[in-house]
Amino acid sequence: MTDVATLLPDPPEEVAPPRRQHGAAAWAVWLARRLGLAVLTLWLVSVLVFLATAALGDPVRAILGRDYNSNPGRVAQLEELLNADQSIVSRYFDWLGGLLTGDLGVSLANQRPVSELISANVVNTLVLVLLSAVLMIPLAFAIAMISAHYRRKRPDTVIQTILLAMAGLPEFVIGVLLIALLATTVFKVFPAVTISSPTGHPWDNPDAMVLPTLTLVLAVAPYVSRIVRASLLEVIDSDYVELARLKGIPEKVVMRKHALLNAIVPGIQVIALQLAWLAGGVVVVETLFSYPGVGLQLVDSVRNHDVPMVQALSMIIAGVYVVVNVVADVLSILLTPRARTAISS
Amino acid sequence: MSTDTGPGSAPPPPAIAPAEPSTLRKAMRQKRFTVGLAITLLLVAFVIVAPYLAPFGENEVAGPPFSKDGFLGTDYLGQDVLSRVMYGGKSILVIAVFGTLLGMALGIAIGVVAAYGGGWWDEIIMRANDVVLSFPQILLALVVLTAIEQPTAWILILLVGVSHAPRVARLARGVALGIVSRDFVIAAEALGEKRTRVILAEVLPNMNAPLLAEGGLRLTYSIGLIGALGFLGFSADPGAANWGQMIQENRLALSTQPWAVLAPVLVIAIFCIGTNLMADGIAQVAQRGDN
Repeated sequence: MTDVATLLPDPPEEVAPPRRQHGAAAWAVWLARRLGLAVLTLWLVSVLVFLATAALGDPVRAILGRDYNSNPGRVAQLEELLNADQSIVSRYFDWLGGLLTGDLGVSLANQRPVSELISANVVNTLVLVLLSAVLMIPLAFAIAMISAHYRRKRPDTVIQTILLAMAGLPEFVIGVLLIALLATTVFKVFPAVTISSPTGHPWDNPDAMVLPTLTLVLAVAPYVSRIVRASLLEVIDSDYVELARLKGIPEKVVMRKHALLNAIVPGIQVIALQLAWLAGGVVVVETLFSYPGVGLQLVDSVRNHDVPMVQALSMIIAGVYVVVNVVADVLSILLTPRARTAISS
Repeated sequence: MSTDTGPGSAPPPPAIAPAEPSTLRKAMRQKRFTVGLAITLLLVAFVIVAPYLAPFGENEVAGPPFSKDGFLGTDYLGQDVLSRVMYGGKSILVIAVFGTLLGMALGIAIGVVAAYGGGWWDEIIMRANDVVLSFPQILLALVVLTAIEQPTAWILILLVGVSHAPRVARLARGVALGIVSRDFVIAAEALGEKRTRVILAEVLPNMNAPLLAEGGLRLTYSIGLIGALGFLGFSADPGAANWGQMIQENRLALSTQPWAVLAPVLVIAIFCIGTNLMADGIAQVAQRGDN
């Protein structure tokens, strides 16, 4: 039996086979429906972000703290900036309109346009997340394959126990332990803090990328690896793999062609979930290593109660999540013959 | 129920349905569950008892900052690290437990109502759920904390609970869907039982194994989430000892006084490993029960 089947994500939404449509038309309908749902989700996310930042508390009071009562001039100025005199509904639509036309507003902390402040950091974070994903995916699959190869034997048990223990650890725990191990206390190999000039990029000094990337990889790989192993075992136990073996196909080919390919689809769903999860993980990891990305910027903005910055940054992170999910759904449909025919026949 | 070989050691009392051992009893036979439970209970006991045994007060200055005085040295204000660790678990434990309970209660309610209600009701609930799901948990907490001057313990509990709820709901809905169409539910409905009673008396009791496993997992994530928020500088009482916040306060001195950071990190790590092992043990039982 599989260990982590309860952790497996839902299969891509079952789509009722559209009648009287063939091939490309059916695909277009399916894709349009999926994209429509994504847009709807993004819109609802924008409502949620706006309500949480602008309506739940009083940002002006939060920014000024104790000065709130003693400094009515600053209160008026901030309320002006936030258009606090208008109704919440019209403020929302102003903000949404700006968002759609690329105008993200002005930062409360230093009065510069938000888009100018975050563009470099978005690139930095994308590089960090993609680098981690590129390293994490083959690693997780390799560990899963080794573990599945030795199923129920000693190496499998050892690997699974280690993975299980690691899967529960928060990112900052892994990060701090790595710093202590590789940067400060035990060995002094890599820098613990990312220092980059305001014009340069963090990867100008590749050493500084090592620990943040490694932290993200180690935080995500155990979970992915456990799920890939579970789906690999499920495939290995299936009838068609049994049949392929009985036909006398060499074991290596069976593993590669029959087993691995079929285990990739659940893997894609998991990777999509994890990529999205990385978007949350960067918040902590970037803060830990002072890596100049959107996560660090978000934490700083939340501390400063810089509402326009937080709104823009959280919309970006949620947007990445929604896009990644759409891509993962399309990919898993394309790679699952059964689902492919269900749509186009 | 049990097609696998293992759990036949208890004499199988036949015929009557409720003779099946409870989820917990079955979980106790899992090594990883018992190890996880032991670790978790030890840590909970430590968190509750330790403040009475701490050599120094929570905010008492024990020596110069970042010195080697005492068992684990002192922190950035010269407070005794060991004492801070002994005091610092209370807030994490309380917020994690209540946040998890709240998230489970909300999530189960949403999921079961969606599964039992069905139709457009289900569609709306799960769509709204997708929206909250497109936020990494920590992001949801941060967005709300933007407009709040100083979080209280209640706000943190609420944030942890609400960010868990959609994830729990997804699972609860999946489990409940498999139950609401079973004969005993239909029979109860045919007898004219009220809907709330059908849910409480027929549906929920049959979901306890997967829900317990999910609860254990959520507790693990709660600890991580609250630790991370403390690390980012968001805690209910900035003066009080708090494992997450200790990391933040002392991390600049990691090379000179590592224990001020490593001690709270290791406690959180052990705590998470314990609850995660426990959750995984229950999850295995839950799966066997399903098949």
